[in-house]
Amino acid sequence: MSANKILMTGNEAIGEAAIRAGVDAYFGYPITPQNELTAYMSHRMLEEGRVFIQSESELAAINMVLGAAVSGKRAMTSSSSPGISLKQEGISYLAAMELPAVIANIVRGGPGLGNIAPAQSDYWQGTRGGGHGDYRTICLGPSTVQECVDLVYLAFDLSDKYRTPAVILADGRLGQMMEPVTFDHLGPPSPPEKPWALTGAKGREQQSIKSLFLDPDVLEELNLRLARTYEKIEQNEVRWDTLQMDDAEVCIVAYGTSARVSKEAMRRARDEGIKVGLIRPISLWPYPYEPIRQAAEKVQFFLVPEMSMGQMIEDVRLAVEGKRPVYHTGRVGGNVSNPKEILDAIRDCCEKV
Amino acid sequence: MPSETAAKKSDKQRGYRRPHALTDAVTHYCPGCGHGIIHRLLAEAMDELGIREKTIAVAPVGCAVLGYDYWRIDVSEAPHGRTPAVATGIKRVQPDKIVFSYQGDGDLAAIGTAEIVHAANRGENICVFFVNNTVYGMTGGQMAPTTLLAQQTQTTPGGRDQVVHGNPIRVCELLENLDGSTYLERVTVSSPANVRKAKRAALKAFRTQMDGKGFSLVEFLSPCPTYWRMSAQKSIKHIDEVLVKVFPPGVIKDQTGQE
Ligand SMILES: Cc1ncc(C[n+]2csc(CCOP(=O)(O)OP(=O)(O)O)c2C)c(N)n1
Ligand code: SF4
Ligand SMILES: [Mg+2]
Repeated sequence: MSANKILMTGNEAIGEAAIRAGVDAYFGYPITPQNELTAYMSHRMLEEGRVFIQSESELAAINMVLGAAVSGKRAMTSSSSPGISLKQEGISYLAAMELPAVIANIVRGGPGLGNIAPAQSDYWQGTRGGGHGDYRTICLGPSTVQECVDLVYLAFDLSDKYRTPAVILADGRLGQMMEPVTFDHLGPPSPPEKPWALTGAKGREQQSIKSLFLDPDVLEELNLRLARTYEKIEQNEVRWDTLQMDDAEVCIVAYGTSARVSKEAMRRARDEGIKVGLIRPISLWPYPYEPIRQAAEKVQFFLVPEMSMGQMIEDVRLAVEGKRPVYHTGRVGGNVSNPKEILDAIRDCCEKV
Repeated sequence: MPSETAAKKSDKQRGYRRPHALTDAVTHYCPGCGHGIIHRLLAEAMDELGIREKTIAVAPVGCAVLGYDYWRIDVSEAPHGRTPAVATGIKRVQPDKIVFSYQGDGDLAAIGTAEIVHAANRGENICVFFVNNTVYGMTGGQMAPTTLLAQQTQTTPGGRDQVVHGNPIRVCELLENLDGSTYLERVTVSSPANVRKAKRAALKAFRTQMDGKGFSLVEFLSPCPTYWRMSAQKSIKHIDEVLVKVFPPGVIKDQTGQE
C-alpha cells in the first residue's frame, strides 16, 4: 500500500503533525523563519474547533501554553531564536511545574537579532535547558520534513509521558523547504490520563500546580525527582541514526541540515577512497553518547559540521573523552556549508592526524 | 504559623463563619494587610454563586503567591506578571470553568502590563482581581507603578519624584478605552460598608464571566501597613483620605447590562 504523500514545508508539516497528535491549543507570535507555522495553525486549529491565539509576545504565548498545560490539554508554541530567548522563563516554569508542552524552535542566525537565515546556534539553549534553574528539556533535531512530522508527534507523547517540555530544534532551512510527507502512519492521539490537571475542585480536594517551594528541603525533593525523570529519559529515549559506520575510519557527527549536507560530502569522500561514516543524533537531549563512544574505539578522528562555531561538538568531545581528535567545520551567520566545504575539511583533517 | 485546629478554635470563639471556599489555613499576611480581607470576600462571592467547584484561579508572584493555600479551589502559579496569559490559556481550553487572576500592582501594572492590556483588549472572558497597595510588598517595599508622588519606598527614599520616577498609573482608566473591556470598578476595603461594596463588585465580575460577557477587572485599594510604615488604623485612614484622591473609587466602565 503506497502512502498518501503531500508536498509541504517543514513549518506546515510541524503544524499538521501537532494537529494529528491532538494539540488542543496553539499560541504563537510572528517571527521569520517560522511564520508559515503560525499561519498554518491560524486556520487549521479553527477548522478543527481548537484554540489558536496570536499572542502579544512570546512571553504571553509560552504562558498561555502553561495555562493550557495546567488544564491537562496538549499545548504548543513555536518561534525562532530571539523569541525562544523570551520563552525561556516560561520553559523553566513548565519544567519546574512538571508540565508537558511542545516548543518548536526554527533556528535563525544570531546572536541578537542576527538574521532570518538558517542556523544551528541555539543548540546549547535547546539542550541545556536554556532558562534558569536545574532542569533539562527533551530536545529533538529533525533532518527531513518527514522527520519533522514524526518527531513532533513523538514530542507530544514523550512530553506527556515524562511531564516535561519537549523542544523541536530545526533550522530555518528545514522550516522553509518543501518535501513530500505522509501522515498516514500516525495513529490517533493517545494522551494519558492527567489526574493532576486543574479542572475545578469538583468532588475532590482542591489542587494546585506551582514551582515555589520556600523550604530548601522541599525544593530539593523536586530537584531530585526531576533528576530521576531525566535519568529515565536518558535511559529510554536516546535516538540516533548511523550511516556506513561498519568500515568507517572517519566519523562525521552531524544533525539537522548539517547531516544532510554531510551525507553528500561523505559520498564524495568515499569515491576518493576515504572511509567516512556518519552518526546523526536525532535526540539532541538525551544525547547519543554511547554510539560515539564506541566509534572512538575504531575511527581515526571525528569531524563535526555545524552551522555554529561549535556547540554540539562539546557533546561529541564528552563522548570521545580525548581518545581521538574531534574537529569542527561549518559556516555561520546564516550560511550553510556546501558538500565541497565539508569534503575539504575531511581532507584537511586526514592530513592533520 | 498556628495550627489549623487553633485557627478553627479561634474562629469559634469569635463567632466567625469561614466561607467554604476558604481553607482553614492561617494566612501569612502582616497584621492589617488587605489581602486577607479580599481573599475572604472573593471566597464568599464564590460560595454565594455556587461556583467554587468550577473555579480555577491564577495566583501572582507577590505577597498573594500562596493563594493556593488559602482558597479551597484549584490554583495555578504564574511567572511574575504573566498571570493574565496563564488565565487566558486556562479559560480558552476550559470555557465552561470560571477563571480569575489575582494580581498585585507590580505584577499587573509593571512587569505584566502587556499581558493585562492584551487580555483586556481580546475581551478574554475572565475576571481580574487587582490589589493596588501602591507598593511592592513581597520584595520589601519598593516603588510600584502605582506608588503615589512623594511616597517613600525602599527605592524612592526621598519620595516618588515625577521627573525621576514617573507618575502613578491608573489601571482602570488605562483599560477603559479598550473595546474589549466590559466591566471595570475600583473599590476600597477601608470599612465594613466599603468591603460589602467591594464584594458586590466581585460578585458582578463573576456574573459577567458566567454570562459570557467578557473581561472584568476589580481594583481594590488595599492597605500595606508594613511598607506604608503606618499602623493598621492609620493605613485605613490613608486610603480614605489620600489614595482615593489619586485613584477615585467607583464604576469606571460597565457594559454588562446588569444593574
Ligand atoms: C521575573 C521576576 N522579577 C522579579 C521578581 C521579584 N518580585 C517578586 S514579587 C515582586 C513585586 C510584588 O509586588 P506586587 O505585585 O505589587 O504584589 P504585593 O506583594 O504588593 O501584593 C517582585 C518584583 C520575580 N519573582 N520574578
Ligand atoms: S508586606 Fe504589605 S501586602 Fe505584603 S503581607 Fe505585609 S501588609 Fe500585606
Ligand atoms: Mg503591591
